[in-house]
Amino acid sequence: MRLFLLLLFFLAAPAAALDPAALEKLATGDGDERIAAIGALAAEADPRALEVLKAFAEGELQTAGKRVLIVRGEEAVDAATGEKVSPLPAEREDVVANNRLRSAAADAMAGLRLFAPERAPRLAAAKELAAGADAGMLPLIRKALEREKDPEILPLLELAAASMEMKDGDKAQKLAAIRTLGESASPNSKTLLAEAARDADEEISLEAQKGLRAVEGRLAWGERAGLLFAGISLGSILLLAALGLAITYGLMGVINMAHGELIMIGAYATYVVQNLFRAYLPAAFDWYLLAAVPAAFLVSACVGMVLERSVIRWLYGRPLETLLATWGISLVLIQAVRTLFGAQNVQVENPAFMSGGIQVLSNVVLPWSRIMIIVFAALVLAGMWALLTKTRLGLFVRGVTQNRAMASCVGVPTARVDTWAFGLGSGIAGLAGCALSQLGNVGPDLGQAYIVDSFMVVVFGGVGQLAGTVYAALTLGFANKLLESWSGAVLAKIAVLVFIIFFIQRRPQGLFALKGRAVEA
Amino acid sequence: MTRLYGTKGWMAIAASALVLFVVFPLLSLAVPQGSPLHLSQYWVTLIGKIMCYAIVAIAMDLIWGYCGILSLGHGLFFALGGYGMGMYLMRQIGREGQYQSDLPDFMVFLDWKALPWQWWNSDQFWWAMLLVVAVPGLLAFVFGYFAFRSRVKGVYFSIITQALTFAAMLLFFRNNTGFGGNNGFTDFKRILGFAITTPETRMALFAITGAALIGTLLLARWIVTSKLGRVLTAIRDAETRVAFCGYDTVHYKVAIFTLSAVLCGIAGALYVPQVGIINPSEMSPANSIEIAIWVALGGRGTLVGPILGAGVVNGAKSYFTQAYPEYWLFFLGLIFILATLFLPKGIAGLAQQWRERRARRRAAAKTATRPGTARAEAHPAASAGAHAAARAEAAAARTRPAREAAAERRDDPGMAAERGRA
Amino acid sequence: MKRRGVLKMLGMSAAIAAIGLGSSSLYAQQKTIKVGILHSLSGTMAISETVLKDTVLMAVDEINAKGGVLGMKLEPVVVDPASNWPLFAEKARQLITQDKVAVVFGCWTSVSRKSVLPVFEELNSLLFYPVQYEGEEISKNVFYTGAAPNQQAIPAVEYLMSKDGGSAKRWVLLGTDYVYPRTTNKILRAFLKSKGVAEADIMEEYTPFGHSDYQTIIAKIKKFASEGKKTAVVSTINGDSNVPFYKELGNQGLKATDVPVVAFSVGEEELRGVDTKPLVGHLAAWNYFMSIKNPENTAFTKKWADYAKAKSIAGHKDKPLTNDPMEATYIGVYMWKQAVEKAKSVEVDKVRPAVYGQTFKAPSGIISKMDEKNHHLHKAVFIGEVKADGQFNVVWKTKGPVKAQPWSPFIPGNDKKKDEPALMAEKK
Repeated sequence: MRLFLLLLFFLAAPAAALDPAALEKLATGDGDERIAAIGALAAEADPRALEVLKAFAEGELQTAGKRVLIVRGEEAVDAATGEKVSPLPAEREDVVANNRLRSAAADAMAGLRLFAPERAPRLAAAKELAAGADAGMLPLIRKALEREKDPEILPLLELAAASMEMKDGDKAQKLAAIRTLGESASPNSKTLLAEAARDADEEISLEAQKGLRAVEGRLAWGERAGLLFAGISLGSILLLAALGLAITYGLMGVINMAHGELIMIGAYATYVVQNLFRAYLPAAFDWYLLAAVPAAFLVSACVGMVLERSVIRWLYGRPLETLLATWGISLVLIQAVRTLFGAQNVQVENPAFMSGGIQVLSNVVLPWSRIMIIVFAALVLAGMWALLTKTRLGLFVRGVTQNRAMASCVGVPTARVDTWAFGLGSGIAGLAGCALSQLGNVGPDLGQAYIVDSFMVVVFGGVGQLAGTVYAALTLGFANKLLESWSGAVLAKIAVLVFIIFFIQRRPQGLFALKGRAVEA
Repeated sequence: MTRLYGTKGWMAIAASALVLFVVFPLLSLAVPQGSPLHLSQYWVTLIGKIMCYAIVAIAMDLIWGYCGILSLGHGLFFALGGYGMGMYLMRQIGREGQYQSDLPDFMVFLDWKALPWQWWNSDQFWWAMLLVVAVPGLLAFVFGYFAFRSRVKGVYFSIITQALTFAAMLLFFRNNTGFGGNNGFTDFKRILGFAITTPETRMALFAITGAALIGTLLLARWIVTSKLGRVLTAIRDAETRVAFCGYDTVHYKVAIFTLSAVLCGIAGALYVPQVGIINPSEMSPANSIEIAIWVALGGRGTLVGPILGAGVVNGAKSYFTQAYPEYWLFFLGLIFILATLFLPKGIAGLAQQWRERRARRRAAAKTATRPGTARAEAHPAASAGAHAAARAEAAAARTRPAREAAAERRDDPGMAAERGRA
Repeated sequence: MKRRGVLKMLGMSAAIAAIGLGSSSLYAQQKTIKVGILHSLSGTMAISETVLKDTVLMAVDEINAKGGVLGMKLEPVVVDPASNWPLFAEKARQLITQDKVAVVFGCWTSVSRKSVLPVFEELNSLLFYPVQYEGEEISKNVFYTGAAPNQQAIPAVEYLMSKDGGSAKRWVLLGTDYVYPRTTNKILRAFLKSKGVAEADIMEEYTPFGHSDYQTIIAKIKKFASEGKKTAVVSTINGDSNVPFYKELGNQGLKATDVPVVAFSVGEEELRGVDTKPLVGHLAAWNYFMSIKNPENTAFTKKWADYAKAKSIAGHKDKPLTNDPMEATYIGVYMWKQAVEKAKSVEVDKVRPAVYGQTFKAPSGIISKMDEKNHHLHKAVFIGEVKADGQFNVVWKTKGPVKAQPWSPFIPGNDKKKDEPALMAEKK
């Protein structure tokens, strides 16, 4: 609201009411009339116009007979005058916006905000206009250019102006615009320059081609950076999915086909925590993940420990049979979740700080969720390493897995250590589920999608090797993304699998083999 | 050559042949519909399908139960055999498809003008039969040779076979691979000129499948009772020792792996005309794991066990999916868990345990009167590790075949090594 | 020792045979009419199909509450083909020959339909298939209550080409690699070419089943979009992969106003698992949306909400959602019921002609009519934009119902095809 008041003060346009004809057209006209109405409203440069446009774009505009209302919840104000309307008229109709209108309204709002006294909205508006806007905005941008002093906003506005002048300026203007565009690195400039490069005028065409090459060169760096990030991101996901298995399978030797389902349980635990927060702590909703992480760990760990005590315990030394029993367990878990939560996916919402992304280059957006997961994977890895190497439990786990009989002789409670270790591996699978819930589906089949990949990562890295698992996950992530950008997603996946098959045949111990007596023990 | 079966065994096989080749055809074809004795098409196809699975289960048992190699890629060989047959069946449709073209419908869909190279000669039945045997065999030979030569063992082998079938599934899912993508092959019309849906053709396919099953059983029996079989079991129990004795274990393993793949291919070829569809989901890793489960449930290291396992699991699946459509996965999952926990030797093992106990009781009764004649036959010739209780019988243990005693000591030594390694 | 095992096997096969023989004699008298429901309740397709099973059950309950059909109650027979295509064929045969159902409602994926089709033709039974599909098929034993490509895909693309849709000039055809996306994209490609779109302005991209990492694909779309004029994405991504796709889309900041995505397999149910705020404005083309306002739909959604609550259907009891395939299923059940009443019989050969021309006041607000010949429904087409609450705003709709063209005119050779099933009688 403050923004609107300030804008009102600044522009000093004390219009009593918005043009009712324009409003009516906006609400009930056909496509072109409505576009014109948006222009007319923007031209009024009235703060209320901004509000009406905002309400329009967000679908809060309704009509009641001839009146146009802004309805928020149970409250309504008259769009033209800003007066409160109560009670709400019973017969109302939504004013439906579509993409074309919403985009026109967004441009118009950005144009209006260019004159905001604060820097932030001006910068945002300039960014939006620079990414491509209707040429009708040009006069407004020129006016803003005269006024603007900020060194960050100014080039953006120049770029926006240039991209509009490209369309209908004279030759000199066009050439100047091409040069401005050639210095930028935005996809929009590339589009415009590519078009200009086909221009009939040779001078323009040549200049545009030069600019195009420069822009493409800059954009290519963005693409490479994007690919790198995608590889790291996929690697971090594979790592999270495989870390738990690196303990239960890598260290303990349990072929745990229910590993995927433990991931799924972690994701569902996240979902339940989210719902609890929504119901009981709506104010702190954004922080539900902080509670979900330990919850996912604990739930999966408990399920894992119960499984260890009830089923897997009896099968040590018969690893291939654990495969069958855990496969049965996975079927039961899937169906149990399906019965409890339904067969359809459930919604896990990203908290506000994890939605959207950070724009590092004009054509590279790094989603916050993926950045967070990379950090999270690193933290989990560090925690696991510390636990295994620095604590007494870790010592026991390593002792028991290396030489059970000897460990037992020196007084390690091997049976209990087994349970704890399996619980730890399962808990980490739960953490993976918590992270995956931020990226993809949360449904009963979630785990099935990761089980094959997880085993590949552990085997490829070398069983029993934490470091190997890390390298394997990152290598496979990169390889997959690199191939994908080159040969398409389907072939990339096949190629990676075939590569693993060949690799294992060359080096059956994986990337990192344990040396010494342990190998043939 | 060792004697395959005793008189009673041969009689049992003859009886099952009688049922498969005389009783079932009569019930299906000669008994009029509506009669309570009529065997409906549903049962003919269902039993036919299960018999195909049983062949796969025996093939799996040959390498897992007798040689200790767990392949999680056997679904691939099965599907390859199916695709070999499927290609021929697709060509038999001729111009009766949706587009009345010489090409299979899906190729018309994709705008292909000619058959791709994979389809060369696919309208010839002999070529299809060759493919059915050669493609899985060759793949298994090459894959097995390199894997066994590099001493890929135990779980590693299981996991790379899983990767293999997964990769193949993705490959076959691609429409551009030329095998109909996700839809695979369906809507077959004829086989060798006979309409494929008539009861007579179905019965013929059924009988051929039955013959193949009996043939597979006899072949497997012959292998496991021959010297080859003994070497295989020895490899399972202590590979390093066998190698020290001068056997090249790689050759034995490759041979049995290839044979097992070929058997799967044949089963796949018989499966396709009966169920009427082949598509890449047959290659999904889950399907291959299920094959292992049939064998484990039925009883590894016995030959009747896998047949029983395939029958019980698939029978249960068919029954539960209708009787308890919402809960059948619980039942199936629980069967797997309980079977591995309480029936380590499978269903066949259960029967054995029971028989052994009875035999022991009888022997004990006899010893009381006539000491010193514990009968060696009381111990199953092909048992994978005798029952724990039998260990008590020291006198009998001395008469047991060497491989059995070895089997008792081990618990999948390959896997134990994996475990020790960690 | 072996022989005992063999004997045992014999015993078992005899037992199986005995069950088979026994069960065929159980159906001496029939007081109810059995209807089969063939939807996957487990496996990968359970996510979409389970709710259709409940829709049929709801319609059956409703019909039974009003006295049934021909004075007899309907008795639903539910089986679970478990997303396993050969099992679909087996279960279809079981429903028809063992349970003797009069009609089957079921299938979702094309491959499941292709798998059961020979069974239905061999045994001359009826299947009502409720999902939008690629066309290129008319069987006398199937009634298709979902959309053919011309009832969904082509209107959607026409809308995007129009001024209101943003006058898109360049096209990304993105799909999962299986037959429905392939065929739809083939039809669309031909259609776009007929509208003068150059080959270089179309990008076709496929992902494997269950693909969940859309980073590279979205980077590719962004790059393609920067190479020319207004770009639109036509997505035929399969159900489950949509959530990661849309999440990535939202996070990467590709807004609907820049590059709109129109999807043919994304409805209310698929968006259930997604935070839709960043997706506002992306489009879907269907023949029904839950948000459509008319008395039929109000009644339909209320009925579903009550039913879900009464049966405590997980997920739907808290947040009941209806979608296009559910509506198509519902219409199918009623069309069959009306046809049976018209034919005064459940015999397939009498019911089939009675279904032709049958009408039903559909929740989508039109009078839905089964075509007199081609076994497909006449349907209105709606284009909806995603709203922040996961529902759709209808931004465009056809003037009236559109007749289905199962043989798309954009596939060469189809002009010679008859717009009706080739009857077996004609062939012989």
